[in-house]
Amino acid sequence: MDNQLIKQPILEIRNLKTWFPIKRGIMARTEGYVKAVDGISMHLYKGETLGLVGESGCGKTTLGRTLLRLEEPQKGKILFLGKNLLDLKRKKLKKMRKKIQMIFQDPLTSLNPRMNVLDIVTEGLVEYKIIKNNKEDHAKRLMKEVGLDENSIYRYPHEFSGGQRQRISIARSISLKPDLLVCDEPVSALDVSVQAQIINLLLDLRDSYNLSYIFISHDISIVSNIANRIAVMYLGKIVEQGPAFDIINNPMHPYTKALINAVPTPGIYKKKKIVLKGETPSPSSPPPGCNFHTRCPEVMDICGKIEPQELKTEMRQVWCHLYKG
Amino acid sequence: MSKKLLEIDKLTVSFETDEGVFKAVDDVSFHIKNNEIVGLIGESGCGKSVTALSILRLIPSPAGRIEKGRIIFSSKDLLKLDIREMKKIRGNAVSIIFQEPAAALSPLHKIGQQMIEGLMLHKNISKKTAWNIAESWLKKVSIPDAGERMFSYPYQLSGGMQQRVIIAMALMLTPDLVIADEPTTALDVTTQAQVFELIKELRQSHTSILLITHDIGVIWEMCDRAVVMYASRIVEEGNINDIFSKPAHPYTKGLLKSVPKLSTDAERLMPIHGYVPSPFNYPSGCYFRDRCPQAFDRCKKEKPQLVDLGNGHKTACFLV
Ligand SMILES: Nc1ncnc2c1ncn2[C@@H]1O[C@H](COP(=O)(O)OP(=O)(O)OP(=O)(O)O)[C@@H](O)[C@H]1O
Ligand SMILES: Nc1ncnc2c1ncn2[C@@H]1O[C@H](COP(=O)(O)OP(=O)(O)OP(=O)(O)O)[C@@H](O)[C@H]1O
Ligand code: SF4
Ligand code: SF4
Ligand SMILES: [Mg+2]
Ligand SMILES: [Mg+2]
Repeated sequence: MDNQLIKQPILEIRNLKTWFPIKRGIMARTEGYVKAVDGISMHLYKGETLGLVGESGCGKTTLGRTLLRLEEPQKGKILFLGKNLLDLKRKKLKKMRKKIQMIFQDPLTSLNPRMNVLDIVTEGLVEYKIIKNNKEDHAKRLMKEVGLDENSIYRYPHEFSGGQRQRISIARSISLKPDLLVCDEPVSALDVSVQAQIINLLLDLRDSYNLSYIFISHDISIVSNIANRIAVMYLGKIVEQGPAFDIINNPMHPYTKALINAVPTPGIYKKKKIVLKGETPSPSSPPPGCNFHTRCPEVMDICGKIEPQELKTEMRQVWCHLYKG
Repeated sequence: MSKKLLEIDKLTVSFETDEGVFKAVDDVSFHIKNNEIVGLIGESGCGKSVTALSILRLIPSPAGRIEKGRIIFSSKDLLKLDIREMKKIRGNAVSIIFQEPAAALSPLHKIGQQMIEGLMLHKNISKKTAWNIAESWLKKVSIPDAGERMFSYPYQLSGGMQQRVIIAMALMLTPDLVIADEPTTALDVTTQAQVFELIKELRQSHTSILLITHDIGVIWEMCDRAVVMYASRIVEEGNINDIFSKPAHPYTKGLLKSVPKLSTDAERLMPIHGYVPSPFNYPSGCYFRDRCPQAFDRCKKEKPQLVDLGNGHKTACFLV
């Protein structure tokens, strides 16, 4: 294989900022911003899975939606296959959209209640003129792939259980065989045995189609089962990034440590938790210095004053004053 | 021994669809005592939410119908109450945290407005007091800028924040029983831990909880007892230590093995092989038979009934 090609990331994000204006009063004056994504840089190679983990409200979904341009960023670059998505006009963007698909967090709001499953899972195939007839066969194949009864294609979303609905949206998103799949909590609504099946399915699809995933999840144990690399987010920023094995077995950032420690694991005894104290700070006025310092169990004097710089080794990056280059 | 707060007795719920009628919940019986946290676990579509909705008689009709059974809550059969009495129970004595936030929050109204409605209705307090209570509960579920967020619309909150709003709405009514249907599926472990601390505090003040979840780790950390469902029926029930240390039903055993562990070993997860059968095509005999590694002749012919193994540990399998 051509080495140049492998080294070229399929996706590269540079200093991305997606801020939501806070408007108040009759004049709807902007009085500040929710800094949901606040200066994120990352990259993704072909066939690779990047796991994105972090606290509820830290900006994971916003980052995913920005990649599909469902949110407009304030600043930054999104290079997909070498092109800056933010420069693309409508027609080109539509073409690109076929290559980037997203599975959404809440299946109920992302599935059209008035369409039956047959139409939902084949919508993309029809829209992009990939199939004309035998919609039924395609729908049945997709249903089977995600572990649903192929005879239920004429049913409507509300007739399925929560978990079944999420499988329907997974079927829809893989129908176009995209290059990049942004999975926003794709298995959170599923029970463990189905989670395992879906993760294995995603792994199979990754191998056979050389798919790349951004796998967003608040659950680091699930991420550890699918990701090659993991990026840990806190309050709009990445605090640590590296190969999955290293992050799990040797977390460096105190927030990552807390995240890994809090995973409930069935076993013989109930372990002592590091429960993070204090309120989650506001993303519209993040704490100065290190934005984790208000809750960090290892906080030092310097942390509230100076923002930690990136410490970079070959494969890994961490932003924390505990580590010096 | 504390008293039974809720007792579900032989509940059977069916749905009518274009393809015909099927049972979503079949002959389900279990109970919840005062101050107890009971976990309800099982594969997607097995009937957990339908069971939960039945308790408050929220099964969508005419498609769904409670065919038989009794639901005794504080010595009253809820299935016999008239609508007015039932409305008093909902939210006040029993509140439910719905599985999907989107279904529980109106997209058109601000969070604060939606929160105070229930409070004013059930607690007979002024708008101002209700507002303060609601805001304090937003803080308790770790939502930053709670005061500000009262004025937000649901779409302006993240998935997990919406879920926490729903949790706050259910808990702030301080009911006797909280039915929590997958309450923390959208929450990261640290936020989840905070919410669970809150739920445990509530238990101290005499609230019982029915916790529906697919997360076995959560069942382990939170519950006193667990009920395992498969394909509309209960297959195992018992206290937590029994369920985890000596699971009796092959389905429960499979479930425990398929938990994603925190590790990056290249090893694949071990899901239970095969798929949940469609409710129209349940196999004869034991419903788990098609997927059971230990199935034998008898499993084809007869339906196993729940057998008591002692200490309230029950299972429906011919192997015991
Ligand atoms: N309104 C409805 N109309 C028809 N069938 C329904 C309806 N609601 C639920 N069902 C069916 O009833 C069965 C049980 O559904 P239920 O929602 O209780 O599952 P669940 O155990 O909560 O699953 P999950 O873990 O996915 O939430 C499923 O087969 C589902 O498709
Ligand atoms: N449309 C919007 N308008 C205003 N604020 C928004 C909007 N969408 C998201 N936000 C805010 O941006 C922040 C990040 O939200 P986001 O949905 O990206 O979080 P998340 O990491 O996906 O959380 P979760 O794990 O709970 O889904 C939150 O504070 C949220 O309230
Ligand atoms: S920089 Fe300081 S406050 Fe921030 S994570 Fe490191 S030790 Fe904690
Ligand atoms: S009754 Fe038979 S098929 Fe059913 S779980 Fe037991 S051994 Fe398996
Ligand atoms: Mg999200
Ligand atoms: Mg459910």
